[in-house]
Amino acid sequence: MTTINNSRRNFIKTGGVLALGTTLPISLVELAFADATENFTFAYISDAHIQQIKGTHFVRNWDKGLIRAVAETNLLTPKPDFVIFGGDLAQLGSKPELDHGAEMLSALSHKVYHVMGEHDYYLDLGEYWEKLFGPQFYSFDHKGVHFVVLNSIRTYDDWTYKRWPTAEQRMLEMAGLDNPNGSPFMVGDEQRKWLKADLDKVAKSTPIVVFSHSPLQKIYKGWNFWTEDAEQIQALLKPFSKVSVIYGHVHQIQYNQIGNISFNSVMATAWPWPYPSTYAQAEQYLPKLTVPMNRADPFFERDATGWQFINVANGHVDLNFTLYNNSERAVRFNAKTKRPEDSAYQADTSRIPPQSHY
Amino acid sequence: MQYFWLIILTTGLIGTLQAGDISQSVTTPPPPEPSIAQGNSLAVDNLLGLPPVPIPADNPQSPAKIALGDKLFHDKRFSIDGTVSCANCHDDKKAFTDNLQVSVGHHGLTGTRNAPTVLNAAFYKSQFWDGREPTLEAQSKGPFVNPVEGGLANHQPILDIVRSDPAYQSAFKEAFSITDQKVTIDHVAKAIASFERTLVSGNSAFDRFYFKGDKAALSDQQQRGLKLFLEQGRCVSCHVIEQNQALFTDSRFHNIGIGINAVQQDITRLAQAFLEAKNKGGDVDKIVLTDKKSSELGRFAVSDALADIGGFKTPTLRNIALTAPYMHDGSLKTLKEVVIHYNNGGVTPAGGKVNDFLSGGIRPLNLTDTQIDDLVAFLQALTSAQYAQPTATAVAQ
Repeated sequence: MTTINNSRRNFIKTGGVLALGTTLPISLVELAFADATENFTFAYISDAHIQQIKGTHFVRNWDKGLIRAVAETNLLTPKPDFVIFGGDLAQLGSKPELDHGAEMLSALSHKVYHVMGEHDYYLDLGEYWEKLFGPQFYSFDHKGVHFVVLNSIRTYDDWTYKRWPTAEQRMLEMAGLDNPNGSPFMVGDEQRKWLKADLDKVAKSTPIVVFSHSPLQKIYKGWNFWTEDAEQIQALLKPFSKVSVIYGHVHQIQYNQIGNISFNSVMATAWPWPYPSTYAQAEQYLPKLTVPMNRADPFFERDATGWQFINVANGHVDLNFTLYNNSERAVRFNAKTKRPEDSAYQADTSRIPPQSHY
Repeated sequence: MQYFWLIILTTGLIGTLQAGDISQSVTTPPPPEPSIAQGNSLAVDNLLGLPPVPIPADNPQSPAKIALGDKLFHDKRFSIDGTVSCANCHDDKKAFTDNLQVSVGHHGLTGTRNAPTVLNAAFYKSQFWDGREPTLEAQSKGPFVNPVEGGLANHQPILDIVRSDPAYQSAFKEAFSITDQKVTIDHVAKAIASFERTLVSGNSAFDRFYFKGDKAALSDQQQRGLKLFLEQGRCVSCHVIEQNQALFTDSRFHNIGIGINAVQQDITRLAQAFLEAKNKGGDVDKIVLTDKKSSELGRFAVSDALADIGGFKTPTLRNIALTAPYMHDGSLKTLKEVVIHYNNGGVTPAGGKVNDFLSGGIRPLNLTDTQIDDLVAFLQALTSAQYAQPTATAVAQ
């Protein structure tokens, strides 16, 4: 326990911001928790949207976002146990985009687990992605936690296989927001069957962390902040005592608690999405809304983007968001209220009121 | 009438200004009648284009204090070998810098950073290239005791002098109504800061053109340069020009690919080693001026924040033609080299690898050679009238 005490001294000396992850902590994880051996961190980078313009020419801004997140992740001490890439590595699912993104990610000095995003998928239905990164859904165990990765951005077979004359058009249709030709995301029968079998082998007391690209909850259909069979997935997760779902896709901070399941979103490295107006105005059924960064400063091309490292403490996840040109944010599981809470904005009085226009 | 002025956005987003519209002259009201005593008109003119000088409540200006600060600023005795005063590196005759790549301290020792001009430093929201001190007062105490600058072990030798020297005794009495043991280093700092707050200077050709509507103040080339400064060059995003004043700085910190590019393979080790040294009680001021590689971590050394790796404060561009060489490490010799560095997207030479932590605003500008020359011509129009003549030789460097 001496190391913990040392860490605390260092922590205080350097100004008290280490726990928020703004820094290169000398000892990050062990600070906050009594039994240090149980805790570990992993980093989460998501939604890079690497976009080819022509030949070897890619959108510089998106490249820079991923490069920077990778470089900063490599600076973290203690080193995260692994890195999750949360999907949408590519913009239009092409080989050059996936290759270029994979090359940038190869600078990570960590084991990387991949999640499928719709921008990776709808050109060839994940064929090339699988060659690069492996299966589209899988599970693994790490230090007593059972991790599950789902491909949550599939949709109805009719839409996928019968609607579109070309794969390119299918990709473009699914990439659109508020697109009447779009289709809601879903995990689907095949994976739900697999998930049930996978979870059957796990003790109910084992902490479960599920990674998906779309939220495994229903937030806003027009932008596919949505998973059509969310309730069925949630039902499969219900018997477990500690469950966390972490998703990308939304390019903004969201968190929510449904029964035993904590939901957390992660930031994009590419660009921020504002909160849809319908979403901002709704009072219920929605993740707690905080909006200090829904307007990006166009000069700072990294504004309102970021990445996060995640501390798994006692089976629950605490997310530390690294946000450029913004205050760092942390969403931690509160053991008393039994739900994730934003460390800065949890009280109504300390929240910035949502905007009613965008 | 102010609301009719053309609003020049500080975000660099405008793209539709017509060439003839850059000057605000069309709708600028005539300058206020010189109702102030005629004898003051020169002083008023010298501040054209500047906001009021911020004066801290606990250190009001007074002639006695300013005179004392002037004397302290130039006193070489406040160093270990009696050769280094503030004015060594901030030379009155060189626009309050030294025109060296990095400054020279006692016994010819050199540091890691280029001396910024004191002119208009009063307007910065933090001092030093990495902003490690918040005020001129706090800044002024550092160099005396830095191992490669004044070299003193502590401030006591300074106090010994100012408490015993009869000239200082009366000057401190006049400025602060104190004597002997009551004189502390904070009084020294306050006097120096008060003097530095008089070293403010606007009234460049740009100011006369932009704020007074003097069309002839800028050449055609310089006017083209101003347009580039506001638009394609996006310089104004950080070197801010506002509607009624121009400080040419945002007082923020940016990684622009200077210094840090050269150590980018080593950032992980440097950052961790630096934090460990800092946690063990290492003095940031000493580390950053004596260890070249750690110095390139920039603002990170102060804030510990990943976002600040390789970031340095945006310097004002006023009198920039007089203060070569450029950048925090003095690595670029001419203004043209500076503009080319930005045009390359934050890397010199062109085609080199940009560091992973480059600030978002820095990206290739696609300026032509002619446009680069136009921008440089504009930068040469930022020299204050009162400093244009005596330091003309500095331009040649």
